[in-house]
This record gives sequence, C-alpha cells and structure tokens, in this order.
Amino acid sequence: MEYVNPLTGFRVDGRRPNEMRQLKAEVGVVARADGSALFEMGNTRVIAAVYGPREVQNKGQQVNSKEALVRCEYRMADFSTGDRRRKPKGDRRSTEISLVIRQTMEASILTHLMPHSQIDIFVQVLQADGGTRSACINAATLALADAGIPMRDIVTSCSSGYLCSTPLLDLNYIEDSAGGPDVTVGILAKMDKVTLLQMDAKLPMDTFETVMELAIEGCKAIANYIREVLLENTKRLECQRG
Amino acid sequence: MEHQQRWRPTVNEREFIERALQSDLRVDGRRPFDFRRLKILFGREDGSAEVQLGDTRVMGYATAQLVQPYKDRPNEGSLAIFTEFSPMADPAFEPGRPGESAIELGRVIDRGLRESRAVDMESLCVVAGKHVWSIRVDLHILDNGGNLIDAANIAALAALSTFRRPECTVGGEDGQQVTIHDPEVRDPLPLTIHHLPIAVTFAYFGEGNIMVIDPTYKEEAVMGGRMTATINSNGDVCAIQKAGGEGVMSSVIMQCLRIASVKAADITSKIKNEVSTYTSAKALQKVKRLPATVPQKDNVPDVAMKESTDGALERQSTKASSDVRQISKEPLSIVKDNKQEDVEPMSTECNPEVKSKPRFTVGEPDETQGAISPKSLKDAVKPKHKRKKKQHNKN
Repeated sequence: MEYVNPLTGFRVDGRRPNEMRQLKAEVGVVARADGSALFEMGNTRVIAAVYGPREVQNKGQQVNSKEALVRCEYRMADFSTGDRRRKPKGDRRSTEISLVIRQTMEASILTHLMPHSQIDIFVQVLQADGGTRSACINAATLALADAGIPMRDIVTSCSSGYLCSTPLLDLNYIEDSAGGPDVTVGILAKMDKVTLLQMDAKLPMDTFETVMELAIEGCKAIANYIREVLLENTKRLECQRG
Repeated sequence: MEHQQRWRPTVNEREFIERALQSDLRVDGRRPFDFRRLKILFGREDGSAEVQLGDTRVMGYATAQLVQPYKDRPNEGSLAIFTEFSPMADPAFEPGRPGESAIELGRVIDRGLRESRAVDMESLCVVAGKHVWSIRVDLHILDNGGNLIDAANIAALAALSTFRRPECTVGGEDGQQVTIHDPEVRDPLPLTIHHLPIAVTFAYFGEGNIMVIDPTYKEEAVMGGRMTATINSNGDVCAIQKAGGEGVMSSVIMQCLRIASVKAADITSKIKNEVSTYTSAKALQKVKRLPATVPQKDNVPDVAMKESTDGALERQSTKASSDVRQISKEPLSIVKDNKQEDVEPMSTECNPEVKSKPRFTVGEPDETQGAISPKSLKDAVKPKHKRKKKQHNKN
C-alpha cells in the first residue's frame, strides 16, 4: 500500500509528511478532579484526571517517604477502537503504557516538594487513532498543570515513523499498523532533553536519527500549543477572580 | 500499579556509588562501557540455554506447538515470549501475577525479536490457515544481579538459535493431513533466524551526564534513568525503550546507539561461537559409536550421511516399488529383532560407497544397488522404511 503519494507527496489522510494532525486541548473537564484535561490529536481523543497531592492510601506502596508517590493508570475505552469488545483490565500493553507514562511524568514532577503524599494520574482513551500514548502524556501534562502540581518542565510527546522511505510525523492508525518503524519521543520542552523514547521495527541508525529529530520537532510544536492553552486558561481564571 | 519493594541503598552507599562514577569508577571495578562476563550454557535438550551475566542468571527455553494461525496472518507462525520472575531471584518479585517490570521486560524483548522480524515466521507455516508452528520462549529469572533485560534477551536468542522443531510433512487423501516425524526418524529442523537483535542497556546518573553500560543491581538502585537499545550487528536499530526517568540530550542518545552497535557485534559473535560449539558437539554425540574393530567410521560425517541415504531410499521406494514390496512382505518380527544389528552394518559397509559415489542418481537406483553389496543395503532399508510406512498408516 502507498502511504505517501509518489506524485503529490501527500499522506493517506491528506497531510504532508512533516505535518501534524490538528491539536485541540481543553482544561478542567472533570469537576471532581484536582486537575483534568482533554487532549485531541486528530481523531485520537484522550481524557486525563489528576488527584493529589493527597495522603498516601496504601502505605505499603510508598518507596521513599521523602518524595511523592506517583501512580498512573492508562485505560482504553471499549468503544475507542474499530472493533468494539471488552478489553481485559491490566493486559500487558496497558500495564506497560501505564508504567511508561508514570515514569515520564515522574521525571518532570518535583516529587521532593511533596513528601508523604501521592499523586494519581488517570488517563482514559476515548477514541484511538494512533499515537495514544503521546496524547496521554500531553493530556497528563495539562492535567498536572491544571492541578497546580509543581513541575520542573512540561513534558510533551509525539510519534514519528518511516514509511515509503519518507520520515512521517504523528502517525495515525493506518500508518501505525503498516508495520513500519514507530518512534515515540517525549521531551522536557525547555531543557530540550529526551525523557521518553520508544521504538520498534528495524531502522538503520542514520535514518533513525532523522526520524527522531522529526519527532522532537513535533514535541516542541506541541509544547508551544500547550503553553498557549495554559496561558489562555490562566487568563480566564484571572478574569473570573475579577 | 503495585510498587515492588526493592533493595534501597543507604545514603552513604548512594553517595559512594555516585561519587565514584564521577571519576569513571564503578563499584565492581569495570570501566563505564564494559560488559560483565558473559557465559552461555546449553541444556541437554535443544532450545534450552542458561545465560550468566555477572551475577545475573536467566534461563531461556524454547518450545513449539502446532496451532491454528491468527485470522489476519494465515500463513505465518507465531512467536511469544513469557517471563517468569520467581521470588527466588529477588525478594522484590512477588509470586503470582507478573509485575510491571516483568511485563516491561517481556514486551521489550518481544518487540526486539518480533517487530524486527528476526525469526522467519513464514517458514513456520505448515498448511496455510490450518496449521502453523507457534514458538514459545520461556524466560526464567534465576538470579537478579542487575540488567535483566540484556541477560534475558541473550538467553532468548541462544535458546532460539539452538532450538529444533520436529519435521513434518503434509499428506493424506485430501493433502491436509500433517504428519509430525519423530526426531529419531528425521532430523529436526532449526529456525530461520535472519539476524540477532542484541539488547544493550545504559544507565544514566546525575542529570544524565554520566552513563554506564550493563548496570549492576546496586547501580540500578541508584540510577536516574535507563535506556535499552536493541541493535543487531549490522547497526540497524531494532527497538529502543527509554521509559521516562532522567532526560538526556538527543546527541547523547545517538552516542549511546553507536556504542551499543559495537557491543552488539561483540555479543553476536560470542553467541554465534557458543551456538556453533554446541551444535557441533551435539552432532558428534549423534555419531553412532561402533566397535573399535571398524576403522572407517572416523571420517564419516554422520548427519550428511543419513540424509543422503534417506533421500536415496525414498527415491528407490518410488522407482523400484517391486523391491520395496518384497521387503515389506518380510515378517515384522525379524525386522524388529534385527533392527539394531541391521542399522549398524549399513553405516559401516555402505557408507564408504555412498561417500565415494557422491549421490544415487534417480535413473539408476537398481544398478547401484546391484553393484554395491545389495543384501546389506536392502537390509538396511527395512527398518526405516517400515517405520515410516507404519506411521502413515496410523494417521
């Protein structure tokens, strides 16, 4: 199958190779949560809610009482994919993604400022169209910022791939399931450091570098958008206070 | 979601390890980019391997089973990785459901092997849509001395490269009947492995400025972040896993990948050497030990020999069917009794001829047979052929 039109250079959904899907973010969507956000990347749609910092519920889980305990749960809604079926809770894939999101967020949260407390992050995929883990990380960042949890930097994530000998930014489901390489990058935007990097399928090293650089560029663009959204949100809150 | 309680270093220990690393010293005396000593042991059976990487011990065991293929890939076999973190290896491992680290380890190795298509899946197909081989690799952690991913990955590769699946043929009236041949009758086949993806793990310390390869248990307790790069000896990146933790510059990542590709080449050659020593030792074991009075035996490569006679026999059985019928008419009991004695003379008497005449040609089986000690060859044909006949009938 042709994923990049050889004549026009457009992708299956009409994007250019280094074009991202439309981003949409909304802050404060779950009333009961301390912080929450809805994040959309094209047809991928995820919702994140943050509870905390609050008292540690299960003391046995606390590893280091001088730092906050961060927990994360990633879940895909049963109706999020094309074939609607009940997904078992805690399958291998979602356990791994929960771990990855937790460790990525831990890298940016200033856990030493909140001893004896725990922060829970819940992310739920409402609509899956490729790049769910990137969208979840972006949503979690927004939700954490909304909850007012001190962070070192904002973490943003984006994926990229390599199909038809063209590096592609922000893969959708069709491109993702093409069996080509898939690189997911998460960066600390201001420090310009890579905290999350996942990749599969085979890719020569120099090609990998260009694909990774492309994903990093995507992350930076998302970081700019997230900053805008947060600024807008803060302005709105300021108006409400009067 | 459960956090596992693992050993935590004291403040002093932590400081000691970090301070030493700043001057390029590691607690076990290695340099930053040295692997620990790698030792690969093979079990008595094909497809089992035990890897020791310093204190870390992982056992890999590959098995195969005929199953129905997945609907979306009717002509491909499957490969699955299963991990077992026994509480024996580390007090942090809980019995029962696999923990997060067990799942992550399994997924990283699985991605490295499967997504990079290291093992040829189409060659595992027997009847498209009906029967394919499903390979299962079990990885048991026996001792956790740090860096489980690399050790487990090597164990999986070693197990897969020594693994042999039984040969099977398709036959029957509808051409769908699958016969699995006993390993004694036909030599089992190895898997087709295109390349060996080697996992190399880096640990980052202190703001991501210091990195070491192959962290030990103590270093793992102190490190800020970890990255596993799975690379083959050609320098192709097969998988990368850096799940959060300390951020590092992208230039550092590329540097790590270059180092990893050098290490991967070393480990690949190590695995290949070990595997070839094992397979040749195994082949030598198969040589039928004959009484010392027979001098010719020494330089007969047994595997090649068996195959050539086998092939020749089959051709004979089709061509000179009358002969075969004659043979099969002989009473079974005799064949059974003489089985052992019959096989032996074949290898001693006939093989020199087989060797000197490179191959029986299809056109002149009877001639050759006639020329070379016909009786012994006929006798030799008996047991094997009969056995095959019987199997077909059963199915």
